[in-house]
Amino acid sequence: MALEKIVPVHEPERLPITKAESRLYMSFIYVAFIALFVGGLMGLLQTLVRSGSFTLPWGIGYYQILTVHGVILGLVLTTYFIIGFQFSLMGKTVGISFKQRKAAWISLWVMVIGTIMTAITILLGKASVLYTFYAPLKAHPAFYIGLALVIVGSWIAGFVNWRQLYVWKKQHPGEKSPLLAFMVVINMVMWFIASLGVATAVLVQFIPWSLGYAETINVLVSRTLFWYFGHPLVYFWLLPAYMAWYAIIPKIIGGKIFSDSLARMSFVLFLFFSIPVGFHHQLTEPGIDPTWKFIQVVLTFMVIVPSLMTAFSLFATFEITGRKKGHKGLFGWFRHLPWKDVRFFAPFVGMLAFIPGGAGGIINASHQVNGVVHNTIWVTGHFHLTVATTVVLTFFGVTYWLIPHLTGRKLTAKINKLGMIQTIIWAVGMTIMSVAMHIQGLLGGPRRSAFSEYGGTAQAQEWIGYQLAQAIGGSILFIGIILMMYIFIHLTFFAPKGIEEFPVAEEEADAEPTPMWFDNWKLWIGITIALILFAYSIPFVDIIQNSPPGSPPFAWPIGNN
Amino acid sequence: MHLHKYEKIWLIFGISSLVVFLCVLGYGAFWKGTHPQSHGVTIDPNNVEAYEAFKPENLGLTKVDDNRYIVNIVASAFNYDLGKDENGTAVRTIRIPKGSTVLFQLTTKDVVHGFNVAGTNVNMMVEPGYISSYEAVMNKPGEYTVVCNEYCGVGHHMMYATVEVYE
Repeated sequence: MALEKIVPVHEPERLPITKAESRLYMSFIYVAFIALFVGGLMGLLQTLVRSGSFTLPWGIGYYQILTVHGVILGLVLTTYFIIGFQFSLMGKTVGISFKQRKAAWISLWVMVIGTIMTAITILLGKASVLYTFYAPLKAHPAFYIGLALVIVGSWIAGFVNWRQLYVWKKQHPGEKSPLLAFMVVINMVMWFIASLGVATAVLVQFIPWSLGYAETINVLVSRTLFWYFGHPLVYFWLLPAYMAWYAIIPKIIGGKIFSDSLARMSFVLFLFFSIPVGFHHQLTEPGIDPTWKFIQVVLTFMVIVPSLMTAFSLFATFEITGRKKGHKGLFGWFRHLPWKDVRFFAPFVGMLAFIPGGAGGIINASHQVNGVVHNTIWVTGHFHLTVATTVVLTFFGVTYWLIPHLTGRKLTAKINKLGMIQTIIWAVGMTIMSVAMHIQGLLGGPRRSAFSEYGGTAQAQEWIGYQLAQAIGGSILFIGIILMMYIFIHLTFFAPKGIEEFPVAEEEADAEPTPMWFDNWKLWIGITIALILFAYSIPFVDIIQNSPPGSPPFAWPIGNN
Repeated sequence: MHLHKYEKIWLIFGISSLVVFLCVLGYGAFWKGTHPQSHGVTIDPNNVEAYEAFKPENLGLTKVDDNRYIVNIVASAFNYDLGKDENGTAVRTIRIPKGSTVLFQLTTKDVVHGFNVAGTNVNMMVEPGYISSYEAVMNKPGEYTVVCNEYCGVGHHMMYATVEVYE
């Protein structure tokens, strides 16, 4: 007979982060910031080349630096920062054991080895295939093997996160899992299910084919597996930002979580509707039934629901907090938000960027409307708002308190002010660059292209004007990156010793209890798999049954023999 | 799960707009036939000449009827093959009278390419093993740049042609 357990109503405990843990979390973040600098420099060079007034020295190719930019910012910066940040959230809310910490180190090293392998092949010019590595362009096998290792390393991190929550639940029977731990586990479940697709493509298709064991590759199958992964990839970037918005920002502004169950519900919906939607990246491709494209378009748009929920609860938190503090009038709560606190200001600018970013995303995914913008530089403008502004500014916002917390230092008033300037520089640079990209894209300017006059047409002349604007925006952004690197190095090594708060928001004392069924993982994963099977089974079998002859590898178009 | 009254209104408004929006897209796609390019015909990428439309003599512009044209193109890194003119030089520009209905048919001999008549809705991926096909009415006179908008290698940005729509 079980003893009756008293469910505690007091605020849940928050665990201290030890020195050994800090070293682990910081190691991920070191790699992320090195990636930010290298990738940002590549971005600057790209905009300069495209302005038509700059040529790369030493025989470096435009598409080589474009590959570095995409791989190192899209995959390295994001994945390392996210895993480091998520480990710190788990450490703070559910704790990490000695063994789990060892496994986490293994995940880091597997990822680092993979990253180095991939980086070397790109730097030697053997893998200028861009981060999407579309077959039948063939990179050096080490490029694919390195990527596979990065994914496997991230899986190990996910397994550790799941184990962390599992152990905590065992020790706290009858208690709901802490909100942030719940969110981390959702994100890693999504990441694992999604990356199975790209891992299958890399292990079964690309590696044997690039090594010469398989003569041909099924191009459409490889692209479909890639985009099965490619869209949830962007939600894997976004959800950690949402973690900060839902569960950390309220604490920074002196408020409480708007609704614990609402936050969980929105994460569950993101898990459902992030994966069965990859066709909206393949809308203009031959060989896929348009009815199934449309079905996946509808599923894509389901993520609008949790996005609306998120927007509502963020602003509700802001207003409730302001009114509780006694700010009067219709917008008094808004005026009195902590605008001079960079931990709030940077993520807030990120939230604003998500309004045009999200609207642009709806246009991109709109079935036939996609034809207007597909593969134009509009798309590049779009994701520089979503990932490179919304997500990145939120990650910077986290950096300002997470790094001093981990290094035993303090965020000084001076660095806070520098951070404010950094945020404004970022917003200005990105506005110029992204608006220019959106307009040029609507005029038909292609993405992923080095400088070209296209035979001197009037259209191409018009595009070059916008490319000049992008170079100006890109240069301003690079100043922002230098500033951020200074802030990062200062917070890591030089800021005064002290204790910086790890802000984790609490629920209201009289908050409605969160239903226990939220911890029913079998249900969430079951629905996710059912939706994937529904969206992909028939069209995928169709693609395989109606496959054309496969493609041999092509290495010469990327400059190899 | 409890939802605040305002949040209910917000979500009902948002989700209703979404439903209306999807109905508009669906109506356009299924009743008006504006689906994105999704041609399902396959071809051997190592032997595209075996297919009638892509025989060298059939490449480029062909008039099939009053105001109806077909343009057959073989893409390869880093070129659109639009056939040859009477003098045997490669065609770089296609001239079409205003108001014509034009069917663009493409395939590739090597890697993945894009095909966008910039400034129009003619925008499609071209993948080895498949024929991409899109019909458009060219109503606006002018010179249109045709660009490869999917990365195909070091000469990707040098892969272009021109479509001229004349009065």
